[in-house]
Amino acid sequence: MPLDAIQRELLNKIADLHEVPQGAYSLRINGQLHGKNSSENITIEKKTDKPGIDIYIKAGTKNESVHIPVLLSQTGITELVYNDFHIGEDADVTIVAGCGIHNGGSEKSEHSGIHSFFLEKNSKVKYVEKHYGSGDGSGENVMNPTTYVELAEGATMEMETAQIKGVDSTDRTTKAVLGDNATLIVHEKLMTHGKQYAKTTFEVELNGENSGTHVVSRAVARDNSHQVFLSNIHGNNRCSGHTECDAIIMDDASISAIPEISAKHIDASLIHEAAIGKIAGEQLIKLMTLGLTEKEAEEQIIGGFLK
Amino acid sequence: MLEFRNVSYSAGDADILNNVSFTVDERFVAVTGPNGSGKSTVAKLISGIYTPTSGQILFDGIDITNMSITDRAKSGISFAFQQPVRFKGLTVKDLISLAASKDGKKISAAEACQYLSEVGLCAREYIGREIDASLSGGELKRIEIAMTMARDGKLTVFDEPEAGIDLWSFNNLISVFKKMYEKTHGSIIIISHQERILEIADKIILIADGEIADVGSGDEILPKLLKNGYAFGSCSRLSNGRRREEK
Repeated sequence: MPLDAIQRELLNKIADLHEVPQGAYSLRINGQLHGKNSSENITIEKKTDKPGIDIYIKAGTKNESVHIPVLLSQTGITELVYNDFHIGEDADVTIVAGCGIHNGGSEKSEHSGIHSFFLEKNSKVKYVEKHYGSGDGSGENVMNPTTYVELAEGATMEMETAQIKGVDSTDRTTKAVLGDNATLIVHEKLMTHGKQYAKTTFEVELNGENSGTHVVSRAVARDNSHQVFLSNIHGNNRCSGHTECDAIIMDDASISAIPEISAKHIDASLIHEAAIGKIAGEQLIKLMTLGLTEKEAEEQIIGGFLK
Repeated sequence: MLEFRNVSYSAGDADILNNVSFTVDERFVAVTGPNGSGKSTVAKLISGIYTPTSGQILFDGIDITNMSITDRAKSGISFAFQQPVRFKGLTVKDLISLAASKDGKKISAAEACQYLSEVGLCAREYIGREIDASLSGGELKRIEIAMTMARDGKLTVFDEPEAGIDLWSFNNLISVFKKMYEKTHGSIIIISHQERILEIADKIILIADGEIADVGSGDEILPKLLKNGYAFGSCSRLSNGRRREEK
């Protein structure tokens, strides 16, 4: 069954795709698996005990990608999906996930994805996740993603998550456990407007020797929206950890940033930084002297900040 | 090109400028005076960051006294800040492109690089850099000047371009201004204390205690200024050396 215009638009927003992707993919639409495709090195299997899929990436797979977008274009769907990723030794892959909701009705649409990543020795994953909501109905768009990451010795995971528009309520949790020489890098971008609410929680256990993490969040809260950022990095071995939350507050929004670091080892080196502030007046003035209106200047500053 | 008619400006109880009138039709005009005399206020009144308490500002015969910063920029007034602003996430290319974009025209990466080279920055190294805390004050200052070159305004105002620049960069800065002097289609106003900048001005406006103390050609004003100690040489040994050469 071909995609309709709304579904194509959602797919474009969350995965930069115009049609059903090539190569390994799984596409879930309105609570059903719409289609999936395995490739030589990447196997996608539908779970039999609960909704969701298992993705197996063979050891040594290099420079391949998997797309697993989820689209909701009917109002009133609530789903909970379990996706497990098993990444073989020395593999180096890109995984593009994301959820797009178009809610044109009056009922709540909700997608909660529980993604678990098991990275074997020296494997590498770049994980990109975008969330987007649209629709002129009165029904809420809700997304509650949970990400669980287990990094074996020498494994690296780089996560890029973005939620820029249209999600009324989100509660995002990321938990990671790192082995020796493992690295986790997270870049989160978040913008809320209207009466939206977003809570994001990071919990990282640096258990391995020379493990390291950077958790960086950049957020903009506009209108009457509310954001909560929580991060907790545990240094349980010789390790390095850094968490940073940098937020721009606008209008009547509210933001709480609560970074926490805990060390249980003499050679754990942990840093947290958090900053909340409005757009600096001199930044607006500078761009206005280049011929931009105040509104255009604001858009440029936010666009750069969330780039 | 530009005219101040009896412009006064006060902030709270403090009178910063008092009944200031002057015209700028020359290609290169320097505004000088002691610290706290009101020089930077003149620059901010021209660019629209401040609005006069009383008086009128005319640009090309049009009253711009109450015109917004944005509209003044669009009508051809360009302003280089004394302390350039940092932006998280925006790159050198982003800002030079914004500066250059007029009437929907976009500049190419090669053109943007050209402006950076002219202020002595390796374009390849800087074009993608973010304008954030990773850049030094001197680097920011040069990028600020590259932006005004890209903007190519009818009237360009520089607020103390020498502030925060080391001596080596300062010599390059002078040659950048000399080049701009040759190329400009309009006027350049520089707020400065520096003798070597005042030397290349067609006209010098001296402000003291919020009032115009003297106006005239460089040849007339500069010797008086040096006698009174208003302008500072870039470094006494350097300017002594230069004077010796001149003898």
